[in-house]
Amino acid sequence: MTTERAAPPPIIRPAVRAARFAIAHVPGLIPAGSKPRRELAARGAAERAALLARLRSFEDAVRYPPHQVMLGTLTPEALRGIPRPWHDRPVDGARPEGPGGRIVDEMDFYAWLARADTASLIYLTPEFARTLQAFGAPERIQTMTAPDLARAVERGADPLRRAPDETIGAVVPAHEQDESLAAPVLLENLAAKVTGGLALRTLLEAVDSDTPVDYLIGCGEEAVGDRYQRGGGNLAKAMGEVAGVRTAGASDVKSFCAGPLHALLVAGALIAAGVYRRVVVVAGGSLAKLGMKYRGHLSAGYPVLEDVIVGAAIDVVPDDGRSPILRLDAAAVHRVGDGAAPHQMAQVLSVAPLRAAGLRLSDVDRYAVELHNPDITEPAGSGDVPYRNYQMIAALAAQAGEIEGSAMDRFIEAHGMPGFSPTQGHIASAVAYLPHAIAGLTDGRLRRVQLVAKGSLFLGRMTNMADGASLLLERNEALPAEGRPA
Amino acid sequence: MIDLHDKLVLALGERDGIPAQALAACAESAGGRVVYAATQCFV
Repeated sequence: MTTERAAPPPIIRPAVRAARFAIAHVPGLIPAGSKPRRELAARGAAERAALLARLRSFEDAVRYPPHQVMLGTLTPEALRGIPRPWHDRPVDGARPEGPGGRIVDEMDFYAWLARADTASLIYLTPEFARTLQAFGAPERIQTMTAPDLARAVERGADPLRRAPDETIGAVVPAHEQDESLAAPVLLENLAAKVTGGLALRTLLEAVDSDTPVDYLIGCGEEAVGDRYQRGGGNLAKAMGEVAGVRTAGASDVKSFCAGPLHALLVAGALIAAGVYRRVVVVAGGSLAKLGMKYRGHLSAGYPVLEDVIVGAAIDVVPDDGRSPILRLDAAAVHRVGDGAAPHQMAQVLSVAPLRAAGLRLSDVDRYAVELHNPDITEPAGSGDVPYRNYQMIAALAAQAGEIEGSAMDRFIEAHGMPGFSPTQGHIASAVAYLPHAIAGLTDGRLRRVQLVAKGSLFLGRMTNMADGASLLLERNEALPAEGRPA
Repeated sequence: MIDLHDKLVLALGERDGIPAQALAACAESAGGRVVYAATQCFV
């Protein structure tokens, strides 16, 4: 008998290797967004005509500078040099893909929607079904003539439209009496499945396609289930199926817009514990948020800028000697007993974890906060959300004596960035910056990036609390201080 | 300080601004009667 214990296994450091977005430009579905659906029903034909007159073309969406930032071909900082509103400054020579992902048009989106329809709920017109074959849609698509579609819509089906206003099909309800399986809910969930699955596929086509994915963690804002388990979840597994990933198990982590950072924390812990070797965090986009602020955009003479649904996929692996390290010792979550005022949030999420790691606020090169595009939020009266977040972090740096109060603007300029993300909730909450963070922490000169996200739990009426989480990404010390050697 | 005695108050908070509970506490300390308080997220 021996009294010696086996040595504990070495701790595996998790790294965030890559992130990709799939941006689906779907102007024809804007009337299916929550706000337009209600407003158009209440205000009638004139309102609908006004909205439809301000839709963007796919080319305009591709050339939109903030979308090129999402695709990784422009840096967020480059937006400072482009006068606003940015839709007046299209990017010459812009392409629909980049190191941050891809943007697809309505035809590609509908082809994927048909492919994702495992429950046979989608019907397309025969003409559109034929057209869609050229875009990779499955050979067998259920079809319905235009008059039959109109009758189905009268019985609760939700129309599918191409811009500006062509009905090309419908989603039918899956149950006559189940609100969780009503056609609009199913369309929302299918759109999330498609955009998350497409982001996953985009990631796996580009990054280490030979290494199997062990686990998928979903973190979007949809609620999948029927009347007996509304929000039962695991859309991640359905995304894996549509993306052709056969090796992975899956589950979901939910916390409103803070979900992706909680999911990354769990993914990092699973890697560190040696449970899995490759975990991908996935999130589908929010169809409900299409056109959410369209009335502000129309008032300002803008196009309807909320015309995209965005999915995300984030690759978490063991330290590979190159990818940024996810510092689990410098992660933070907002606890039940923490206060929810903005300065308390910033203290808990930004200051406390840095202090615990022996770091100052100015030791972080970039803070990725709520990165909502201000061109989208300001016309609706919501202000510049990232700038407000940066003001709070800068104020805490001043309060801590790290900087003079008069240097707050310089701190924001040096450690912040303009907002650029579509207002897709969980996507805008920090993770929109990930492709740039990874590039800056490997080939660039960044040393540390802190991701900070907040979630509006109070919207569900189960608590008055908010939520939040933060993560610190650090340059891999196996790399030289300033990028890879030539 | 503003006097809110005999006033009814609707406290509308914002996620990245001031939460409704903080607004309500301030209004009540000034003598107001908060009849509705909700925090919203406008993004």
